[in-house]
Amino acid sequence: MPEIVIFLLIKLVMTIVIFALWMTMVPFMIWLERKVIADIQIRIGPNRVGPFGLLQPIADALKLIMKEDITPAKADKLIYPIAPALLMVPALLAIAVIPIGGMVTIGERSFTLQIMGEYRGPNGFFVPELDAGILLSLALSSLGVYGVVLAGWSSANKYSLLGGMRSSAQMLSYELPLGVALVGPLLLASSLRLNEVVNAQSNFGIWFIIPQFVGFIIFLMSGTAEVNRAPFDLPEAEQELIGGYHTEYSSFRFAMFFMAEYLNMVTISALAVTFFLGGYRLFTDIVWLQPIWFALKLMLFLYLFVWIRGTWPRVRYDQLMALGWKVSLPLALINLAITAIVLAYVPKRAVLVLTITSIVLITIAYYGSSYNLRRSTEIAARSVMPAGIYRNQRKRGFNQV
Amino acid sequence: MIAELVIFIILGIVAVSSAFAVILSKNPVYAVLFLVINFFALAMLYLVLSAQFVAFIQILVYAGAIMVLFLFVVMLLNLTGAIESLQDKLPAQRWLAPALGMVLLVEIAVVFLSGFFAQVPEASELPEGFGTSAPVGMLLFSRYVLPFEVTSAVLLIAMVGSIVLAKRRP
Repeated sequence: MPEIVIFLLIKLVMTIVIFALWMTMVPFMIWLERKVIADIQIRIGPNRVGPFGLLQPIADALKLIMKEDITPAKADKLIYPIAPALLMVPALLAIAVIPIGGMVTIGERSFTLQIMGEYRGPNGFFVPELDAGILLSLALSSLGVYGVVLAGWSSANKYSLLGGMRSSAQMLSYELPLGVALVGPLLLASSLRLNEVVNAQSNFGIWFIIPQFVGFIIFLMSGTAEVNRAPFDLPEAEQELIGGYHTEYSSFRFAMFFMAEYLNMVTISALAVTFFLGGYRLFTDIVWLQPIWFALKLMLFLYLFVWIRGTWPRVRYDQLMALGWKVSLPLALINLAITAIVLAYVPKRAVLVLTITSIVLITIAYYGSSYNLRRSTEIAARSVMPAGIYRNQRKRGFNQV
Repeated sequence: MIAELVIFIILGIVAVSSAFAVILSKNPVYAVLFLVINFFALAMLYLVLSAQFVAFIQILVYAGAIMVLFLFVVMLLNLTGAIESLQDKLPAQRWLAPALGMVLLVEIAVVFLSGFFAQVPEASELPEGFGTSAPVGMLLFSRYVLPFEVTSAVLLIAMVGSIVLAKRRP
């Protein structure tokens, strides 16, 4: 059998396994979210179907699939059915660049546990890791917005359209800080390959969350906004938009929106683990343990996402935009400039210096951004309130979220 | 080589037909979506030419960011009814557009024919790491640093200009 066939077979098996693992995360996340939110709200949560309500997601999925698939009479007949898929396919494809384990050696062949990863066969057969892996995953995450926007537009419903509009503005605004926040770790690793980023963290002997703390905070914030999760879930704000872009959808197409949201959340968490928490490495280099370390760190982030949703109220629209453009983006750019300067002038002590500067920067940013957001609240209030009420409110100080 | 040719022809057909669909579709939202498909076909063509960095940037910047803005504006303005009124506002365009189109067509034909009869250089082996981010970055910041900086200045001017226009009160 020629080497290329073996190569393709190994990659196929790896793809199927990783894909299956990723899809299993969806029911697990539904269960986790319902249980944790119930706990936060002092309820019991699902406990009827299966032990600890573990089979509840299956019951939920069955309920959704059994429902009638309705298309509104005025909906766009071509785009309305495919919009959920447009959201879900990029979410699934983005897993291809994420390394979930290091180099595995079987006989003469060795490869990394990453779909678009390195492969070495006998007789010098060598396929390198995809060069600009992070660019591919950012490109795919930026494509997800089409699904949301087109779903909103094709439903021929004004609430859906408003949800779609909001999400396109939101995702475009937060894509910039998301990308710029990742450049800091990339500079430290001096490579665009995700596997190199993981290796660089073990070479430095420190996770990039410490020297790139500012980048981490910005990434977490923009990542939450990018996947439309609370407190940035304005595209589907129930009180204002009924359901936002998926108001008209039912049955399995509606389920696909939810699956895409959870898949995007898992992908963002996986990127955060890879870039800031040392990826699949922890304590030892035993290769078969590495996917488990990766999964544990992933769980940490998924729990964090649910926790944030359970505790934070939704931000107002002007706050969302102010946070994106006036706080996140300048902060990410300053962080990038500092990282570049430190790496150019004191590369030997880069980690120490960056840790100190990031502490200073985050302190300044905290006070600066609270001033900034107060200003934007005042401006928004002035434009909607009658002058007398505005003056009164200003005297008492505006309620801050 | 044959596989490459087949892929190239398929991508070429997709690119050209989607480009035609952009100008022929009545619904502006469909036109924008066909343009997205066109950009994807172009990105795949870059990949076939082993320029992977350019291909990803094409998807990230054009398909992912710029076209979403286009879509946003088209939906916001709801252009479906506005197209007929737009046609009457620009009467000169009716005559100018075909003339300029013919000029462009002649130019393309001249370039194509002169290239057709010229000696095709022998295909050489690509250097190590061709089209990956590192060599592209090196070229951008050494040999082509002036065009690169000029481009960023032009973008800055466009940004400042749009803010000035948006801030102007009627």
